[in-house]
Amino acid sequence: MFRLNLVLLLIVVMCALGTVTAQHRARKLFQALEGEQERVRQLDVEYGQLQIEMSTWATHPRIEKIARERLRMALPAAARQAEAGGR
Amino acid sequence: MVVRRRPQRGHRYTESPVLQLALQGWRSRMVGLLLMGAFLLLLSRAFYLQVINNDFLQEKGDSRYLRDIEISASRGKVTDRNGEMLAVSTPMKSIWAIPADARTMNVEQKRQLAEMVDLKPRELDGRLASEKSFVFIKRQVPPQVADRIAGLKLPGVHQEKEYRRYYPAGDMTAHLVGFTGVDDKGLEGVELAFQRELLGRPGARTVIRDRRGNIVEDVGATRPPQDGRDIVLAIDSKIQYLAYSNLKNAVIENKAKAGGAIVVDTRTGEILALANWPTYNPNNRDKLSGEQLRNRAVTDTFEPGSTLKPFTVALGLERGKVRYDSVIDCAPGRITIGKATINDSHPHGALTVAQVIQKSSNVGTTKIALMLPPREMWEMFDALGFGRPPQLGFPGEVGGRLRPWKSWKPIEQATMSYGHGISVSLIQLARAYTALARSGDVIPVSLLRADQPVAHGTQVYSPQTAREMRSMLELVVQAGGTAPKAAVPGYRIGGKTGTAHKLEGGAYANKYVASFVGVAPMSDPRLVVAVMIDEPGAGRYYGGDIAGPVFSQVMAGALRTLGVPPDALPMHVAALPEQEGKL
Repeated sequence: MFRLNLVLLLIVVMCALGTVTAQHRARKLFQALEGEQERVRQLDVEYGQLQIEMSTWATHPRIEKIARERLRMALPAAARQAEAGGR
Repeated sequence: MVVRRRPQRGHRYTESPVLQLALQGWRSRMVGLLLMGAFLLLLSRAFYLQVINNDFLQEKGDSRYLRDIEISASRGKVTDRNGEMLAVSTPMKSIWAIPADARTMNVEQKRQLAEMVDLKPRELDGRLASEKSFVFIKRQVPPQVADRIAGLKLPGVHQEKEYRRYYPAGDMTAHLVGFTGVDDKGLEGVELAFQRELLGRPGARTVIRDRRGNIVEDVGATRPPQDGRDIVLAIDSKIQYLAYSNLKNAVIENKAKAGGAIVVDTRTGEILALANWPTYNPNNRDKLSGEQLRNRAVTDTFEPGSTLKPFTVALGLERGKVRYDSVIDCAPGRITIGKATINDSHPHGALTVAQVIQKSSNVGTTKIALMLPPREMWEMFDALGFGRPPQLGFPGEVGGRLRPWKSWKPIEQATMSYGHGISVSLIQLARAYTALARSGDVIPVSLLRADQPVAHGTQVYSPQTAREMRSMLELVVQAGGTAPKAAVPGYRIGGKTGTAHKLEGGAYANKYVASFVGVAPMSDPRLVVAVMIDEPGAGRYYGGDIAGPVFSQVMAGALRTLGVPPDALPMHVAALPEQEGKL
C-alpha cells in the first residue's frame, strides 16, 4: 500500500513539473509570436511610409518637369504620329 | 486560581509548590473551543470572500496582471483607378504629459524634450504649468522621434498612438479627396463623404502581463481590428494632372478668378478628372480660405450660357419642329420678346440650324425655343438632371436652379434656351452632355471606379437626334465656328462654347463665365470634357478663346492616356507606310 502511494506521489510530482515546463514553453513561444506580430506591424508601417515616399517621388508635376527639362522630351507633332497595330 | 498541593516531605528548591500547579480540565477545553471558533470565523470569512462575494477581490487581482489592450485599426486608403495613392494614413505618436509629474524633470531633461518636439523651452514650461491633469505636448510626432523621447524615460511624459493622413497628390486632387481632422474625422470631400467606409474599427484583446510588462498569455476572446475600407475613385491621376495643370495655367494666364474642369467617361459615367482652381495643399492647411476650399465644379452653380443651346436645338429636332438644314432668319441680330430684346454678339443673316449651333446665335436658338411648349422644355432639362443634385454622395453638391415650367414667361423660356435664367453646376453640365455623346441617353456620373459600362441611362433624345447634334457640334471647332482653338489634332471632336454674363445682385454685370463642353472622338465618343473659367480679366472673355484651348489640351492628353486611336489621321497613316516597320 505504502509503495503504491509512493509511486503515485512520484507520478503526480512528475506531472506537475511537466505542466510547469509546458506552461513555460508555451509562454516563451507566445512571446516569440508576439514579437513576430509586432514586427509585422512595424513592417506594415514601413510599407505605408515607403508607399507615401514612392508616390511623392512619382508625382506627375515632377515627372513632367524631369521629362521636359532633363530628358528634353516633347510630344511628337500629329504629322509624326502613326497608328501601330497594322489596322 | 491555583490549587496548592500538599508538599511532599521536606522542601526542596526544585519542588517549589508554584511549579506543582495543574490546570483544571475545563480551562484547556475552553481555550481549544475559542481557537476553534476563531478558525471557523476565519474559514467562513475566507469562504465568503472566495466563493460567495468574490467579485471585488477578483477584480483587484485581475487589475494586477490582466490588461485590456486596444488594437488600433488604420483608416482606409483613397486611391485612383490605377491604385495610385491619393490619401494614406501612417502611424504617428502624440506626446502628452501629466504636468504635476512632468514638472519634476530637471533642466537638462526639459531642454532635451523641448528640442525633440521643436518647442522653445519657455513654451514647454508654459504647457507644463497647466493645472490640468493631462496636456498634449505635441501631436503627430514621427515614430522615430517618439522612440527617442521614450528612450529618455522622462517622468510624467507619455505617448499615444495616432494616425496622420498624407495626400501625396497634394493640391492636384485636394477638392476631390478632401482632408481629415487630427482625430481621423473626414472634414471635406471624399474623406467626409465616405467617412463611414473609411473609418476603421479598433479591436481589443485581454492579456496577462508579467512583471516586466511582457504579454504572457491571451485571455478570453480577442476582437480583431477592422481596418477601414479602401476607396477606389474613378479618377485617373494622369488625366487629373492634365486637367489640373492646364486649368491652372489658363486661369493664371487670363487673370481669372477661378476655374473648374471635369472629364467624364461616356461609357461608364466615371469622373476621370475633376479639377478646381484656386486650390490648397491638404498636407499643410495653415492658411486656408473658404475660396480655396470650395469645390466649384460640384458646389457652385453658374448660368451656363450657350453651352445649353445644343439641348434646346436637339429638342427642336426631336419634336420635328426643325430639321438639320432648316433655315432660320436671324437678321438683324436681335429679337424682341415683350419688353426685352435678345442680341447676338455678332449679327447674322439667315442661318441653317447647324449654323445656329456653329455660330452660337442667341436669336436662332430663341426662335427654335419658342416653337416648343414650355412643359416639354422643362421635362427635357429635368431629364438631363438640371435642378436636382447629381447624387454623387459628395458633400455640398447642389442642384442648381430650374424653375417650374408653369411660371415661365416667354422671355424666360427664350433666355433659358441659351442658358440664362437657369443655373447649373459644371458636373451637371458634363453629365447632361453624355446624352449627346451617347445615343441620346444621359447616365449618372460616378466618383467611384465602375467595373462595367452603364448599359443604358435615361433616354432624353433618340439616337438619331444625338447623332445629328454631334455632327453640328463638330462644326463648332471647324473654321467658321466659335471655337477653332478647341480642336484636337488627330481627332474629330465636337463641342459648344459658352460665354455667359454673370449675375451680380440681380443684374447682369460686365463679368463673364467662359466655358466649353466637348465630346471626342466623334467616330465613337469616349469622353466628355467640361471646362469653366470664372471672370477672365485679361481682356478676352469668349468661351472659345479661354476655355477652348484648355479643352483641347486636356482632351488630347486624356485620349492619348486612354489609348484611344486617332480618328482623323487617314492621310498621315497612309503617308507613312514605309516607316511603319521602324516604329
